[in-house]
Amino acid sequence: MDIPVNIKIDHLARVEGHGNIKIRIENGKLAECAWEVVETPRFFEVMLKGLSIEMTPLLTARICGICSISHALASARAIERALKIEIPKPAQKARLLAKHAETLQSHALHLFFLVAPDFLNTDSVIPIMETHPQVAETTIRIKGFANRASDLFAGRTTHPIVIKVGGLTQIPRKRQLRELVKDLDATIPYLQKAIDFFKPFKMPDFARETEFVSLKGVDKYPFIGGDLVSSDGVCKKEDDYRAMTNEYIVDFSTSKFSSLSRESFAVGALARFNNNYDLLHPMAKEVAENLNLKPGIHNPFLCNHAQLVECMHVIYEFREIIAELIDSDTSECASSYNVKKCEGVGVVEAPRGILYHYYRIDEAGKIEKADCVIPTGQNHANIHYDLHALVEELIEQNKDEKEITRLAQMLVRAYDPCISCSVH
Amino acid sequence: MKYLGITLAKPKIGVFGFTGCEGCQLQIANNEENLKDLFGLIEVVNFREISSEKRGDYEIAFIEGSITTEKEAKNLKNIREQAGILVAIGACACLGGVNNMKSRFPLQDVVKEVYGAHSIDTGPVRKVREIVSVDVELPGCPISKPEFEWLVRHLVLGIEPQFPKYPVCVECKQRLNSCVFDMGMICLGPVTRAGCDAVCPRNRLGCWGCRGSSEEANFESLMEILREKGFSEEHIAERIQFFNAFSGN
Ligand code: SF4
Ligand code: SF4
Ligand code: SF4
Repeated sequence: MDIPVNIKIDHLARVEGHGNIKIRIENGKLAECAWEVVETPRFFEVMLKGLSIEMTPLLTARICGICSISHALASARAIERALKIEIPKPAQKARLLAKHAETLQSHALHLFFLVAPDFLNTDSVIPIMETHPQVAETTIRIKGFANRASDLFAGRTTHPIVIKVGGLTQIPRKRQLRELVKDLDATIPYLQKAIDFFKPFKMPDFARETEFVSLKGVDKYPFIGGDLVSSDGVCKKEDDYRAMTNEYIVDFSTSKFSSLSRESFAVGALARFNNNYDLLHPMAKEVAENLNLKPGIHNPFLCNHAQLVECMHVIYEFREIIAELIDSDTSECASSYNVKKCEGVGVVEAPRGILYHYYRIDEAGKIEKADCVIPTGQNHANIHYDLHALVEELIEQNKDEKEITRLAQMLVRAYDPCISCSVH
Repeated sequence: MKYLGITLAKPKIGVFGFTGCEGCQLQIANNEENLKDLFGLIEVVNFREISSEKRGDYEIAFIEGSITTEKEAKNLKNIREQAGILVAIGACACLGGVNNMKSRFPLQDVVKEVYGAHSIDTGPVRKVREIVSVDVELPGCPISKPEFEWLVRHLVLGIEPQFPKYPVCVECKQRLNSCVFDMGMICLGPVTRAGCDAVCPRNRLGCWGCRGSSEEANFESLMEILREKGFSEEHIAERIQFFNAFSGN
C-alpha cells in the first residue's frame, strides 16, 4: 500500500464528547497516529473551591451526564471518609443498587446505541428500531428497567437527587421494592436475548499487552471503595490513588493522560473482569463461558463482551440486595455529622472504570482543594497507543483506507469513552 | 406523518453539544420507550452523540451547553444561519448553568489551577442567547424527558409552546408532597418555574432553581422566610447562584 493515506475524523460520532482520530500513512509506513481530545474544559476542580460539602455531590454529578451517580457516590464517599462518617447499612445497600442501575443503563446505552450500529452497518440505532423490532423491545426492556431502578434509588437517571453526605435522603418503600423485583424478574430474559444478539458479531482480532487497573475485590466484585490493583502486580490503598494514576499533560489533548508500570494502562469493564473474574456472580460467569471469555484478555474490542457479562452480574446482585432490603429495617437512611478541617479520598468503579475524588475540607465545611481523576482520562493514553498498534497491524495486512477508518473508530468506541467527563 | 387528516412534513433536526455534561442529550436518548414514536415525527440528520450521520440540512437545531470559546461561538453562529428554529436545551445553554461557578475566579487562575503553565482555550461562560437569537428555551438540569417530547410535538405541529408560569410549589402541592421547608431544608420552589413535577422535593431535597425564575417570583418574601428560619446569607446565596438562574438577565 504505497498510496498515501490521510485519515482525519473530527468529532468522532457515537461517543460521549469530542475527540478526533488522526492517521497518516506514507510509503506504506505509519507517519502519524493520534487520539486527540478537543473537548472544552469546564474546570470543576475550580468550581468546587469554596463550595459547602452539602452541595458537593450535587455539583460533581454534573461532571458527567452518563455516570452522574458514580460521581455523586465518589464525591460523598470522599467527604464521608474525610469526616469519618459511617453511613447506615441500608443506605450502603441502596447506594449500591443506584450504582448497579447506572452500570446497567450505561452498558446498555453503549452496546445498543453506540456499538450495535457498527455491526449492522447503520449510522445509528434509529433505523435498527424499525428493522429489528425484537432488538428494539430488548433495548426498551433493559434500559427501561435501569431507568426505573435509577428513579427509585437515585431520584432520576441523570443527576441523582437522593445521594447526600451521610447517606441518602430516603430509601424506597417496601411496596415499591417489591414491584421493582417483579420488573427485574421480567427483565432477566431480555438480558439473555441481548447476549444472543451480540454473540454472533465477530469482534476484530487484535491484542496489545496492557496493564489493567481496577478496584480489588475482597469477597464481592468491587464497585464502591477498597484497595487498588493493577494486573502488573501494583497494589495500593485507596488514599494512595495518586501513585496509581500519575497524570501528565500532553499538548494534543485537553484531557490529562495517565501511566503506571508501562507507557499507558486501561480501566473499565475489561479491567474489572480481568482483575476480579473469580468474584463474578455464577450467572455472569456462565455468560463469560458462553462468549468464550477468560480473564487475561488483551483485546480491547472485547470490552463490549465484558460489559455484557457485567450486565448479568449487576442484575443478579441487584436481586439479592433488594431482597435483603425488603427483609430489613430501612428507616435509618443517613447519619449526622460535624464538620472539621480534614481531607479524604473516595473511589468507585464507574461504568467506564475506576474513578477517584479527593477533597481537602476547611474547618467551616467548605472545599479548599479538589482533584477528580476520571476513568476515560486514564484510558486516553491506552487508546492512543492501541490505535498505533492496530493501524500498524492493518498496514501489514494491506487493509485499505476504508477498513482502517472503520476499525479505528470501532476501537475507540469499544472503550466507551466519556470525553466531556474526562476533561471536566 | 398524519395529524387530523393533514400530512405534515417531518422536520429535519440536529442536536449539538457545546460546553456541558451531555446529560441533556442523554435525556433525549434515554427516553427509549417513546423514542421510536418521537423519531417517527422528525428526521434526525445530525446528532453526533448517537449517530454518525452528519448532514447540514437541519431545520430545527437543539443546542446543549454554554459557550466558553470563540470557536464554539463561531460554530453556534453557523448553526443559527442554517436552522429555522433554534432551541436552547438545559440550564447550561439557557442560563450558563453550573459552568458559571468558575466565573467567581479570574480566568488565568482557573486555568493555572488545573493545567499549570499549559495554555488552554477557554473564555467567559456565555448563554446561547448571548451569541445568537434563540427561539425557544427548554429549561432544566437536566431537561425533562416528557417536556422534551411535548416540545417536539409542538414544533412539529407549529404550535407555540407555553411553559408554566407558576412556580414548582404548585406542582409540589398538587402531588400532596410534604414540604421540605418543614424538614429544615432550603427550597427555592416558591420562585422557580414549574414543569419538572417537583422532582427534587418529591425526593426530599429542596429545589435549587435549575429551571430558572418563575414569573412574578416574590424573592423578597422568600428571603424573609429563609432568614426567619435561620439560614445564613451564605447558605442561601450558594443555592441561588448554583445554576446562575436568578441573576436577572
Ligand atoms: S444543563 Fe445540566 S444536564 Fe444539561 S448539559 Fe448542562 S450540566 Fe448537563
Ligand atoms: S417543598 Fe418546596 S416546592 Fe414543595 S411546597 Fe415546599 S417550598 Fe414549595
Ligand atoms: S425541583 Fe427545582 S432543582 Fe429540582 S428539577 Fe425542579 S426546578 Fe430543578
